[in-house]
Amino acid sequence: MQEAVSTYVRDGLSVAIEGFTAFICFAAGHEIIRQRRKNLTLIRMTPDLVYDQMIAAGVASHLVFSYLGNPGVGSLHCVRRAVEKQIPIPLTIEEYSHYGMVGRYMAGAMRMPFFPLRSYAGTDMPNANPDIRFVQSPYSDESIAVVPPLNPDVAIIHAQRATKQGDTQLWGLLGVQKEAAFAASKVIVVAEEIVEDSVIRADPNRTLIPGLIVDAVVHEPYGAHPSYVQGYYDRDNAFYLMWNEVSRDRAKTETWLDEWVYNVPDRSAYLEKLGSETLDDLKPGDAPSSSVNYGTYA
Amino acid sequence: MTDYSASEMMIVAAARALKNVRTVFVGVGLPNIACNLARYTVAPDLQLIYESGVYGAQPARLPLSIGDPTLVTGATSVVPMADLFGLYLQRGLVDVALLGGAQIDRFGNLNTTVIGDYDTPKTRLPGSGGACEIAINARKVYMIMRLSNRSFVEKLDFLTSPGHLSGGDSRAKQSYPGEGPALVISDMAIFDFDNADHEMQLTSLHPGVTLQEVQASVGWNLRVSAEILETPVPSPEEMNLVRVELDPQGMYR
Repeated sequence: MQEAVSTYVRDGLSVAIEGFTAFICFAAGHEIIRQRRKNLTLIRMTPDLVYDQMIAAGVASHLVFSYLGNPGVGSLHCVRRAVEKQIPIPLTIEEYSHYGMVGRYMAGAMRMPFFPLRSYAGTDMPNANPDIRFVQSPYSDESIAVVPPLNPDVAIIHAQRATKQGDTQLWGLLGVQKEAAFAASKVIVVAEEIVEDSVIRADPNRTLIPGLIVDAVVHEPYGAHPSYVQGYYDRDNAFYLMWNEVSRDRAKTETWLDEWVYNVPDRSAYLEKLGSETLDDLKPGDAPSSSVNYGTYA
Repeated sequence: MTDYSASEMMIVAAARALKNVRTVFVGVGLPNIACNLARYTVAPDLQLIYESGVYGAQPARLPLSIGDPTLVTGATSVVPMADLFGLYLQRGLVDVALLGGAQIDRFGNLNTTVIGDYDTPKTRLPGSGGACEIAINARKVYMIMRLSNRSFVEKLDFLTSPGHLSGGDSRAKQSYPGEGPALVISDMAIFDFDNADHEMQLTSLHPGVTLQEVQASVGWNLRVSAEILETPVPSPEEMNLVRVELDPQGMYR
């Protein structure tokens, strides 16, 4: 992880660590904080705790998003401090709706100049963001909202499993993992497990991201804690509730960052500090899918 | 008489409003309980749709958020968000969406973006999420919100998700696919928009609530329908489902 971040996440670049509630790569976020990156543009539909922590650490100057919240809990206090009071540094924002962000990634992934969607008309959102515009359909007199393509310099995608070459399989909430990866210039895949090529080839419909577009593969078990990975570990909701209290206070936030990020060399040290009891408690029961027959056609 | 709280009355009233609905776009928290209650009572074929990409969820626990893994396990289908918004919502497959917000006005427009000025906000709220396109594309929208004159305001600070805009034919002129707000279900009363102005009007008071109390909690001169009903109290069966099956820890009591 250290090498992947130092190679691809440079000061001033735009970075998308995606994952909708699930698959949020906190391990990458913490490494970016430890390497004290500056002036990043952070892109995420739902900034979540990972960007709250990164913004509290001062790595970002611009945020692109569609929903700012601690999901199911409340506010993102560090993002709010940065937006409302410029603490620790000023943060500019660029906001869309969810489908607008999805469409931006789609246009970026397909290298198209815009994405049309039925949204925004009659609202204040285009006033807040001049990049939300309207065009007339070339086939009727209908006016349709459009959003510009989004091509992050780097996308960081967490998944259940990948090969060393970066062929990546995900199941559960797919979010915009695929679209963000295809949209980005550089892709870092972070996987719970590194598997043989034969595992991927036995179930090709589950492959979301081909190694073709992947620049680095990082093996990082529990790399998405305190968010979750379907079938591997549940969300650590106690952490989300704890963060709601800690993050209200700037000093407490900085103490937490010192203890859990700056003074921890890597993810395995973080997990050791967290303790196996916490991790065991997050393990879900089993619900395997039945397998399907792809057939052999020799 | 069954014992119930104002929040539980709101949950039960919302569930009843989903009678025979086929597809509902669910928000987290209270709407989630309402939808599951409806599935057990008035809408056995109800398919729960979550913006996280889930169609036909059958959550085994109360989801902590709209992205909870319990929504995935046992669902009919789990799709990329591009498909959920493009193929399900924009395709017109959502019968009813449940929405809420920090502010609502008399035409059912919602603000979930800022309190105060956009560039120098007094309070920065979460923003649209999927609400803007849901309000435009779902066939009907039901709002579930607690009544207070801080949230039922004369003028929104920011229009995030369109309701009936400035009333009358202003929504029709936008040619949105969806019909817009049909009901507002609160902890004190129920409102609809069944008039030519598409203005929120009181139709039903929950038991023990007066018209004066409702008017005092709304930031404009409230329109009242010709006949005001009394919302039927929650039945023992409904309350049993809410307290034993759906919210055993009383998080939404």
